[in-house]
Amino acid sequence: MKFSENWLRTWVNPELSSEELAHLLTMAGLEVEETESAAPAFDNVFVAEVLSTTKHPDADRLNVCTVNVGEAEPLQIVCGAPNVKPGLKVPCARIGAALPGDFKIKRAKVRGVESFGMLCSGDELGIPDGVDGLLVLPADAPVGTPLRDYLQLDDQLFTIKLTPNRADCLSIKGVAREVSALTGAVVNAGATPPVAATIDDQRNIKLAAGTACPRYAGRVIRNVDQAAPTPDWMKQRLVRAGLRPISAIVDVTNYVLLELGQPLHAFDNAKLQGDITVRFAQQGERITLLNDKDVALDADMLVIADATGAVALAGIMGGGHSAVEAGARDIFLESAYFAPEAIAGRARRLGFSSDASHRFERGVDFGEARDAMERATRLILDLCGGEPGPVIEAVEQLPARPPVALRVSRVERVLGLALPAARIVAILERLGLSTTVDGDTIAVTPPSYRFDIQIEEDLIEEIARVYGYDNIPVSISVARTPMLPQPGDVRPKIALKHILVARDYQEAVNYAFVEEQWEADFAANTQPVKLLNPIASQMSVMRSTLFGGLINGLKHNINRKQDRVRLFEVARVFHGKGADQQPEKIAALAWGPREAEQWGIARERIDFFDMKADVAALLAPRVAQFQPVEHPALHPGRAATVLLDGQPIGVLGELHPKWVQAYELVHAPVLFELDVAALLHARKAEVVAVSKFQPVRRDLALIVDEDRAAGEVLAVLQEAAAAFVTEIALFDVYRGKGVAEEKKSLAFKVLMQDTHKTLTDEEVDAAVAKLIRRAEAAGATLRV
Amino acid sequence: MVANVQSILDEGIAALNATNDPVELENAKARYTGKEGAITALLKQLATLPPEEKKTFGATVNQAKQAFEAALTARRETLAAEKLARQLAAEALDVTLPARGRASGGLHPVTLVQQRIEALFRSIGFEVADGPEIETDFHNFKALNMPDNHPARDMADTFYVEGGEVLRTHTSPIQVRYMLDHQPPIKIVAPGRVYRVDSDATHSPMFHQMEGLWVEEGVSFADLKSVITDWLRNFFEDETLQVRFRPSFFPFTEPSAEVDVLGQRGWLEIGGCGMVHPNVLRNVNIDPERYTGFAFGFGLDRFAMLYYGVNDLRLFFENDLSFLGQFK
Repeated sequence: MKFSENWLRTWVNPELSSEELAHLLTMAGLEVEETESAAPAFDNVFVAEVLSTTKHPDADRLNVCTVNVGEAEPLQIVCGAPNVKPGLKVPCARIGAALPGDFKIKRAKVRGVESFGMLCSGDELGIPDGVDGLLVLPADAPVGTPLRDYLQLDDQLFTIKLTPNRADCLSIKGVAREVSALTGAVVNAGATPPVAATIDDQRNIKLAAGTACPRYAGRVIRNVDQAAPTPDWMKQRLVRAGLRPISAIVDVTNYVLLELGQPLHAFDNAKLQGDITVRFAQQGERITLLNDKDVALDADMLVIADATGAVALAGIMGGGHSAVEAGARDIFLESAYFAPEAIAGRARRLGFSSDASHRFERGVDFGEARDAMERATRLILDLCGGEPGPVIEAVEQLPARPPVALRVSRVERVLGLALPAARIVAILERLGLSTTVDGDTIAVTPPSYRFDIQIEEDLIEEIARVYGYDNIPVSISVARTPMLPQPGDVRPKIALKHILVARDYQEAVNYAFVEEQWEADFAANTQPVKLLNPIASQMSVMRSTLFGGLINGLKHNINRKQDRVRLFEVARVFHGKGADQQPEKIAALAWGPREAEQWGIARERIDFFDMKADVAALLAPRVAQFQPVEHPALHPGRAATVLLDGQPIGVLGELHPKWVQAYELVHAPVLFELDVAALLHARKAEVVAVSKFQPVRRDLALIVDEDRAAGEVLAVLQEAAAAFVTEIALFDVYRGKGVAEEKKSLAFKVLMQDTHKTLTDEEVDAAVAKLIRRAEAAGATLRV
Repeated sequence: MVANVQSILDEGIAALNATNDPVELENAKARYTGKEGAITALLKQLATLPPEEKKTFGATVNQAKQAFEAALTARRETLAAEKLARQLAAEALDVTLPARGRASGGLHPVTLVQQRIEALFRSIGFEVADGPEIETDFHNFKALNMPDNHPARDMADTFYVEGGEVLRTHTSPIQVRYMLDHQPPIKIVAPGRVYRVDSDATHSPMFHQMEGLWVEEGVSFADLKSVITDWLRNFFEDETLQVRFRPSFFPFTEPSAEVDVLGQRGWLEIGGCGMVHPNVLRNVNIDPERYTGFAFGFGLDRFAMLYYGVNDLRLFFENDLSFLGQFK
């Protein structure tokens, strides 16, 4: 809602500066987003009349003018504007004037001819009018009047950001009411006296939509001169409200809309047939609107219809066929009330909105229709002439405004502020709400223009607003703070992030919506959750893996010449739309050298096993199993599924070479993605007694087939281990001299220790022999 | 003869002191106190001497031997000390060379700010809650007092997924889910990703919010003002930070307020809050006559921008290491 402060002050004029007024409105919930001057600062500019012009003796494009600025002697001014001519009324900056841009007007000689001022264009004054040349003023502009006064340039344009509940302030009248309630200043304007009919022409009105339209007023006005100019004062107020003047009839309806908040519509009366009916559209009914859109109507859309069918989409936009075009002489003027629930959402469904729909869907004062009709009629007659018919008004059941019960005690409970009933009543009455006090309860009846007062809390908000949020105390009334439980078997998500940060990963954040191709490439997901209204085609589906974002992040950083990238992200992925189909994942990517380039370490590329250590660190103290796996994103020979207690919780592996090539990544990153839920379980340490007896170490080198997984061999050994074996760990993998082709040697250390006694050689030998036997049974041979 | 002993001793000590390593030293020692050594020879002479000479000469030779051995020990220590000094010098490092191995990474600025805020609220008994990001119309809108066609739905430019669900436009549905599962007293903060159809230097189609909710008997607007003011002053570490509450409208709170803080360039809007609307409480089976509460919602990205002085929101989602690497 944008409007001229001067216009508002013709309605209500509190003793406040512009800044104070803006602050008052903002602190009352009518946020003044912006105030801008109607014109930049300048002075000493007056309405002047060009008396004569003669060509400059030494310059073809200059004229030497005599100019009447309202003093006894005219001034001689040299002017280069193409449109200067005798008789023109124009702004004249006199000597001493300061124009925008710190431009000072001095007595000057222009190519040898003295000039005592400057005739101004709109641009030069900071009020651009789109004209090349001088700003031409109306012929009746009074010579000698300061231009700022004449054009009312000392005006502030207020832009108020109105919340959807305050549609009653979508007009000068509404804002004036609010200012009056907040300051006590009196609102000046009253209703327009009814305009008497001079002709009998009329149209019958039938209301056939129940509560969707309980009030409709219509009036025929004949012989309207549409070509009549809109007066400057009206144009100025429209322009300062951000509207473009179009023609007198349209301007009047817009003006009344801004002034009173009542949307009006003018039909070409000659294009209407028979009676006017307000009804719901028939399914499939079509109408071409003023904006040239041909739309199919739904059965919940309200239309204005004549004998031939729909002529307007009620409360939203008129039809093209019955529009008042140039040449139309007779109009039919509509002023009606449409219920918010009959308008809301319809325009959006059709893909547009209008000033009328914006107001009706939030609530237009159902008491205003008649007055707005008279006001518009008066203005049309004044501007365009014409003969008015009688106002035909159909009224049915108007919205009820049942009283809302307000408990004084509840005000204190909600606000934490004790206000006496009298104070509450005074605030409510000033807002135009009528009150009846009965003990602790006040029955409050809202006026027709307030759609937002339905329950007690609505009233409490009004009281708080007018009393001032600033004046409500800042205090804690509830001090009970029970200690939060800290379960020992759960760790917070942030603990996982800290583990990866400590391992040199940087946290990334990627959009949850991704390119459909990523889902196909990295998750083989051909049925991703799709957005109906993506912001861009490369953000059209919800991701089911975090890999795409990390790979994209890698590419971004490669392009910025990073030679080492380590990123991780924790976020939800989307396997479906249900709440349980959106698990959180933790995923990481590492690419480039293992460590940042440095003097003390050979430069080696990160590999699978580096990242396996990162996965292990996230899981510790629990230990995962890793099994080869086929995964769409990963190298088939370098990918593992991560199992915890036999349950898969994620994958780890090198990016598939085909994606390395397709995404131009130079060489392969290593990635993992794990379920966050599986990692949040923390295990309390289980402490066992520390043995006082010597541990014994034996090493076993086992030769197995090249394709035999070390993990399998280890599993065989662990299965066969005696109770006193405390650890079996692989410490070397050897191929080459002494080991046959297609074979490899796996070296394990076996640690043994008893808690009760020193192990004897016999016990140790027997345990090792059993390990060897089982290993051999599983296809291994002991390397000797 | 005694003069001879002194010269042998002098020679011997000189020989010890001329040695440069333990082997030379042992060789030198052998030449004087070994089996065939010069001092050993003097001791052997003793047996041949008459008793009256034996006593005095014996004492002289023994003194000489002791002096020699003292010199030997001293030389040993000197040589050991010199050896250690040489070893230490050889082992000296350039301690200014960079450390070996991996540095550490860093958390995202939004996470850092989120942690900070969570910690402040935990300290006054707020738990952290979470919820899904693809939400039902009920949880995102209807339960929050935004029925179909409500104009307030225009305030959030909603992403829809096939089937009619939405990407949550705010973290408020977490309140709804939490209240459906718990009865008061309820004190939660709920951080998370939210989505709106909007994209420029100050708007991202995905961003982060932190929701807060306190529902309990006797919670009032004064408590709301107190908790939020206290939080903002602690967050920005400015005990005198000016905080202003300005009437506003949200369908799920009443009264509602925008919260502004006074910055160097005037009042800055940083979030919305209000008393939980009785319809919302009823929608989640909490009796609004018995319980009152307040809720608030703030943009974490905006807080991160303010806290770190970042002007372009898009930097938070580009994952450029030269930007992220600054948040260690």
